Amino acid sequence: MLKRVHFPTSLLPYLLVAPQVIITLVFFVWPASQAVYQSFLIEDAFGISTEFVWFENFSYLASDEQYLGTFGRTIFFSVCVAVLSMSAALLLAGFADRIVRGATTYRTLLIWPYAVAPVLAGALWVFMFNPTLGIFPYILEFVGIDWNHYLNGSHAMMLVIFAAAWKQIAYNFLFYLAAMQSIPRSLIEAAAIDGAGPVRRFWDHIFPLVSPTTFFLLVINAVYAFFDTFGIIHAVTQGGPANATTILVYKVYNDGFVGLDLGGSAAQSVILMVLVIAMTVVQFRYVERKVEY
Amino acid sequence: MASITMKDLVKAYGDVEVLHHVEGEIEDGELIVIVGPSGCGKSTLLRMVAGLETITSGEISIGDKVVNNLEPADRDIAMVFQNYALYPHMSVRENMAYGLKIRKISKDEIDQRVREAADILEIGQYLDRKPRQLSGGQRQRVAMGRAIVRNPQVFLFDEPLSNLDAKLRVQMRLEIRKLQQRLGVTSIYVTHDQVEAMTLGDRLMVLNGGYVEQFGTPIELYDRPATLFVAGFIGSPSMNFLPATATNGLLTLGNGASVTGANHANGAITLGIRPEHLVHDENGPIKISVQMFEQLGANTLMHGVLDGTDNDIVASMPGHVTAGEGSVMSFSVEASNLHVFDATSGKRIEE
Ligand SMILES: Nc1ncnc2c1ncn2[C@@H]1O[C@H](COP(=O)(O)OP(=O)(O)OP(=O)(O)O)[C@@H](O)[C@H]1O
Ligand SMILES: [Mg+2]
Repeated sequence: MLKRVHFPTSLLPYLLVAPQVIITLVFFVWPASQAVYQSFLIEDAFGISTEFVWFENFSYLASDEQYLGTFGRTIFFSVCVAVLSMSAALLLAGFADRIVRGATTYRTLLIWPYAVAPVLAGALWVFMFNPTLGIFPYILEFVGIDWNHYLNGSHAMMLVIFAAAWKQIAYNFLFYLAAMQSIPRSLIEAAAIDGAGPVRRFWDHIFPLVSPTTFFLLVINAVYAFFDTFGIIHAVTQGGPANATTILVYKVYNDGFVGLDLGGSAAQSVILMVLVIAMTVVQFRYVERKVEY
Repeated sequence: MASITMKDLVKAYGDVEVLHHVEGEIEDGELIVIVGPSGCGKSTLLRMVAGLETITSGEISIGDKVVNNLEPADRDIAMVFQNYALYPHMSVRENMAYGLKIRKISKDEIDQRVREAADILEIGQYLDRKPRQLSGGQRQRVAMGRAIVRNPQVFLFDEPLSNLDAKLRVQMRLEIRKLQQRLGVTSIYVTHDQVEAMTLGDRLMVLNGGYVEQFGTPIELYDRPATLFVAGFIGSPSMNFLPATATNGLLTLGNGASVTGANHANGAITLGIRPEHLVHDENGPIKISVQMFEQLGANTLMHGVLDGTDNDIVASMPGHVTAGEGSVMSFSVEASNLHVFDATSGKRIEE
């Protein structure tokens, strides 16, 4: 019979995991439960009286044109950010994978944007695209585009998409490069001998072989675009003009802290929470099971 | 079909020269084996022919075309890699058809050629499987199939059998030989296994440290090895080397015994004798103090030292031999089976 190993009961293991448990409780479980609780309440504008209303906040959101519009906008924004930053990263990684000399320098430079704080990244783009001072509006004027993201909603949307995508390129690049470098050299050489040129080799072999990474990054980028772009939007457009760049996470902030509709805002954040949980589940369920090839 | 010519080939990585002035002429339809120890530059040489490595200096021609600056795709070659390098996301059929598809060959012809190649290699029933659903030997066949459907001028093999078990290796070796003879395609085959090299090659190029030691038929290499290295590398168990002094057709060994033969040499030499050429003979001049016997069934390997010296000697004796260990046995060698090498340069002293 196997003897089970017994450790003397002591407080130490509990003490060691305590910080992590406390942090999770204080910064995640407690606010999350508060949000759920709040989402069942309606509070008057002065915060004097609150009323428990069950799902009224949610049913209101479901019929709110503006909220549904924000939903659509967020999806558009996320798809654009994910596609743009992933294709740029794929392209850059494709080049970086081919070069031998100076590869480290090249890679280091490409990784830098990831270290920039979202708000600073936003500020950078605000300056570059400032309608009166920025360099890009000046250049765009030559091709007849009158750039003004303070007034033009589409311009504003493009700007936040660019800024958000730019910031995520470095992350995607790292994953794509690692994936490409794990493809055996001889496979690409075999394709070269079979007569495939660099472009053909990329589409016929490299792209399908990195598809598990593509799927993984798709989820990561969607989560990023949904939740982590708050800083950029706050710095660049504050959700304007006329809510043209208000995505879900920004609306939570706007309705709650600016509009002081705490119940509605809490209901929105509960919906976001459900979304992020769903995406995480998708990621764990399907990314581990490698994409079939 | 084409011949291959290598002229004064040099390969250097930075300042380090890994191939030194390689010369070689491969005739149309020949199968050449490049053989040598690990790191001697075999793969590098093969990859230079394939166009996967740049040529530092010298010239390679296929047919009568200098290919130094041609892309691999334009050299009309096919290569079988050690790890097979099959495309994992494509079926066996797609793997084999890929090169043809790129060359814009009609769908019907592709189908037909894939079928034919699959029939030759007996992989017809696996055509719709992915490579990972195949065994090592089957993958090896697919890699061969991918090479032969293209109908190239030259086949290049880089240790294609080293991932297979011993039995399958022998079987595939025969099949490669048969296939190559049937198709008559000029081939270069890289291996570090001297048995594979001897059985497979029309001619062998023995590489050592980036130098060509000898380039000739297996029998030439066995009978008249040009250097000590080739003598030791070709043949199993490998040749015995004994320091000796040659004077007028008499070779004096380290223990004072002398062997007659090799009257073309003089002074300090290294005497080479293959284990299978040592004949048990009560009156033989070579006395060996026995240390150990290895029974191989058909023959027995006797390990020992030249009596009175510490020169290791192996003799291969027919049948079962079980004389006492520690005893001394006498052997003789026919003069024609003596190999004489210059003691300093290691080069064969020709008659
Ligand atoms: N990219 C490289 N940079 C520098 N040296 C290299 C490079 N590739 C190979 N070499 C060197 O060139 C020599 C020959 O290598 P090569 O791969 O041709 O050996 P090989 O004979 O095929 O050996 P093996 O039997 O182990 O495959 C080796 O000493 C190796 O260290
Ligand atoms: Mg090699």
